[in-house]
Amino acid sequence: MRLRLAALLAAVAGVLTLLAPSAALAQATPSPTPPASAGAPAAVNPIVPGANITVTLLDLNGGKGDPKPVPGVGLTVLKDSKDGAEVGSQTTDTKGRVSIGIEGNGTYVVELDPKTLPDGVKLSGNGETVKTVEVKLASSNFVQFQIGAVVVQDASLGSKIVDGTRSGIIAGLLIALAALGLSLIFGTTGLTNFAHGELITFGAIATYIFNRGFGLPVVAAGVLAVIASAAFGYLQDRGLWRPLRRRGTGLIAMMIVSIGLALFLRSIFQYGFGGSTRTLSQYVVQGRQSYGPIDLSHKEIAIVLVSVITIVVTCLALMRTRLGKAMRAVSDNPALSASSGLRVDGVISAVWVLGTALTGLAGVLLAVQQQVNFQMGFNLLLLVFAGVTLGGLGTIWGALIGSLVIGLMVELGPVFGVPASIKEVGALVVLILILLVRPQGILGKAQRIG
Amino acid sequence: MDFGTVIDAALSAALGPQAIVFALAAIGLNVHFGYTGLLNFGQSGFMSIAAFGLAVTVVTWDLPFWLGIIVGMLGAVLLALVLGVPTLRLRADYLAIVTIATSEILRLIFGAVEFKDTFGGSNGLTGFARTYQDMNPYGGGVDLGIVSFSRNDLWSITVGWTLVALSCLLVFALMRSPWGRVLKSIREDEDAVRSLGKNVFAYKMQALVLGGVFGGLAGIFHILKQGSAVPTDFNTTFTFYAYAALLVGGAARVFGPVVGSMIFWFLIAGIGSFFSQATSGADPLLPDWLMTNTQASLIRFILLGLGLMLLMIFRPQGIFGDRREIAIDGR
Amino acid sequence: MAAELSEARAALAGVSNEPGAPKPDPIVKGSNITRTFGGLKAVDVEHIEIQRGVITALIGPNGAGKTTLFNLLTGFDEPNEGDWSFNGKSLAKVPAYKVARRGMVRTFQLTKVLSKLTVIENMRLGATGQRGERFFSAAFKSLWSSQEDANTTRADELLARFKLDAKREDFAGSLSGGQRKLLEMARALMVDPELIMLDEPMAGVNPALKQSLLGHVKSLRDEGRTVLFVEHDMDMVRDISDWVIVMAQGQIVAEGTPKSVMADQRVIDAYLGAHHDTDITEIDVADLEAEAEAELVAEAEENKS
Repeated sequence: MRLRLAALLAAVAGVLTLLAPSAALAQATPSPTPPASAGAPAAVNPIVPGANITVTLLDLNGGKGDPKPVPGVGLTVLKDSKDGAEVGSQTTDTKGRVSIGIEGNGTYVVELDPKTLPDGVKLSGNGETVKTVEVKLASSNFVQFQIGAVVVQDASLGSKIVDGTRSGIIAGLLIALAALGLSLIFGTTGLTNFAHGELITFGAIATYIFNRGFGLPVVAAGVLAVIASAAFGYLQDRGLWRPLRRRGTGLIAMMIVSIGLALFLRSIFQYGFGGSTRTLSQYVVQGRQSYGPIDLSHKEIAIVLVSVITIVVTCLALMRTRLGKAMRAVSDNPALSASSGLRVDGVISAVWVLGTALTGLAGVLLAVQQQVNFQMGFNLLLLVFAGVTLGGLGTIWGALIGSLVIGLMVELGPVFGVPASIKEVGALVVLILILLVRPQGILGKAQRIG
Repeated sequence: MDFGTVIDAALSAALGPQAIVFALAAIGLNVHFGYTGLLNFGQSGFMSIAAFGLAVTVVTWDLPFWLGIIVGMLGAVLLALVLGVPTLRLRADYLAIVTIATSEILRLIFGAVEFKDTFGGSNGLTGFARTYQDMNPYGGGVDLGIVSFSRNDLWSITVGWTLVALSCLLVFALMRSPWGRVLKSIREDEDAVRSLGKNVFAYKMQALVLGGVFGGLAGIFHILKQGSAVPTDFNTTFTFYAYAALLVGGAARVFGPVVGSMIFWFLIAGIGSFFSQATSGADPLLPDWLMTNTQASLIRFILLGLGLMLLMIFRPQGIFGDRREIAIDGR
Repeated sequence: MAAELSEARAALAGVSNEPGAPKPDPIVKGSNITRTFGGLKAVDVEHIEIQRGVITALIGPNGAGKTTLFNLLTGFDEPNEGDWSFNGKSLAKVPAYKVARRGMVRTFQLTKVLSKLTVIENMRLGATGQRGERFFSAAFKSLWSSQEDANTTRADELLARFKLDAKREDFAGSLSGGQRKLLEMARALMVDPELIMLDEPMAGVNPALKQSLLGHVKSLRDEGRTVLFVEHDMDMVRDISDWVIVMAQGQIVAEGTPKSVMADQRVIDAYLGAHHDTDITEIDVADLEAEAEAELVAEAEENKS
């Protein structure tokens, strides 16, 4: 049995104008279409002039070869919500495209009729046939989202495991970068930082701004975003956490402060970035090539290399350099370190810079791997926590191993019977079970308790 | 700008069913965190298991309503026991991680498309509240000029505030007793309590169950007042909001969570209504390039986050708390 | 009572000075108790017996394992192996709270008064068998108020005896170090223990209070309780203890009456010999063993004062 994975990719471009109809007609719609859907407009469903929502359905065919358009699928655009008024309905043409005119800015919902999908294609992922698009005034939103679709052919267990392992390692590495940051900060300051997810989002949104806003290539935007994350971490420590430490604020109080900060930042992101999911300008859809039994796309190879090199360099630096030793000393015993002449505040600042840079990098890579969304970091936070806890709170190697285990659990879970739409559940259950047997985590030191 | 509408929205929310849900959930968190020092970050898990216990019993299994209530509450108790046995002996942060993970597991399972036949998928379940609505003795809604409630809301308010009052009475009676003294002592130093011959684990478990039961009540009330059980209502953000409400009012105070929830919803609804009005209409107070109507709905959450930070930094005891005996040391 | 006391002391007179010597009427008996942290054997006690009705002092240099032994005996730590009994009943693997209920109550080196409770509430917490501490009767005040009143009366008597009655309604956090030690001792007495174990009752206590604390410790014995305490100050040990057990490097190295122990060469070796303080500090820090660290800090503070 051979596995054929197909993914339907829908690029929704909500383009709108606020001006008179004549101006709308004259509007030079920038060419927003992602590479995969590029091509001259077909005769069948022309792009509606003025404000419109354009959807292109593409069969990614499991990432093998070029994506193919999916014709004949019914799509409906509704205002405000799934139960809202219908704006328009169309069937995808030979380019896999529909284009439906809209009145103006607001929230729209695109609904896909699963019954009209070609034979043998079934929606996977969350099985979601509905996506919400926020169309903002005087700006073009280029929204892209995947509606995973799987051909109902039984794949061999072996190839499922290979595919799950590939996705799991990539997910695990991304989690590990963020977990490393979390673990460093927790280790040195004892802060359980619930705003850590927002640091991931920060990295991703910064990449988006440098890329789409300033028109920089994705790689340059990513580098700048990591620097921006580091600066953000430094300022956060100086502006918030250091004054709190000086005041002698308790750890639990600080944790609740971090919850407030998380809500604050996430709402700010949503305010500025909007509620929709957006893509970077490059590397959005890439086919995979076979390397022996494993299929990888170029960006996946790049992500793995960047994260592995970063993690290895960071860990070596922590073990070898003076600063690394100082960090570990502070994390072991701040009072003793201070009394033996270490500048504890300086070390903690360095930890914040390093930790947020790593976390920001996780956001950058996640933006390249998937898309950008105001709550992408928050959605990942629990898995990052799980990785850190699983490995043993505050141990660097533990965070790495824990994260990889979590990543693999998430992606391999469905192979072993975890419902695919809630694959995180498997990882969380494993987390709880491991804590029952080994409360200190995989690599944590046994703690004496009461 | 019509300030009457703003006040109406704020007051309706502060006295209305949503504030009651928060009050009940926060009373539970007060028992956990305020009095005992247990970091339960999965209150929405206790709510969802009780809510779906009721909904599944009535809708999926077609069994009587009151049996559903019992199943729901037993679900909350059972969840507390299952969570407590492994984690209450461990460091405090493990309870936080495990509860947060469990509440997410429950939410994901209840919303999973694979279990749609049982839990209704992401749309959840409806049609279990008939018995509750049939008990409504009111003939119509009420309009007190400054604030108004529909017939259904009036019934929910009556039931809800009665539940809140009874819960407060129970918490008051328990916390003035030697039992409450043991909890407060555990919050501060459990080894000291152990050295005096008290079974700390058993007390923590009792507190976890009691707080979980209040959480379960909140969950059941939540789905009854709106007539539907939707999994996404029970996300972790809800738990954080309930913490915010508790901390505003003051932890380890009987009325702290109640007053906190009212203030919380007064502000959330008031600010929401204010900015909604300020950005709507043909000539909005705030120009569109500065703030759209969609963005306006976010201002309250930005302020909520900021407020929670400032509260924790400058007044961790909340409005009613006594700084000398508050569990969370602000400084 | 005086007769009983002299009997107990007289009985001790015949006990040999060898480590782990058998006692005529032991309240605690333990053997082969070991506890290791990392590679370090913190406690390695071959045999120990504590005589009933007398004051026994447990002394030894920094890091000798005294506090760890305390933790093991009272169920606050689990040994790698070993068995010990209290009044003839085994206590191995018995949780801390049950140890306390059986009548073996400890205090802590770094006092654990509940600083956010008032002094009188701290005292009431100590009372055992409270009906109001059971969940199902707690909500009904009538079920427990009379017992609570009786406990309060007893607490007030103890507070008066320990000269804390003026502080009754104050938060315990406002007490001085010495007053905390007194409160902790008074609170332990609310449990009505047969054996009271004091972990460095003099640490951090100002000299003026020390004499009265000594008096209180003696009065515990005089009312028929057994006292085991850890102490550094040799003058104090000589002054109040009936029997002294010396530990070094986790082992019991000597036993005897205060006078004989002070003259024992093994004891002098243990304190001044091979075990220089800095060595032990290094081991302890590397070991990251919280209690040992706390002990070091407390001892350092005490040495300074």
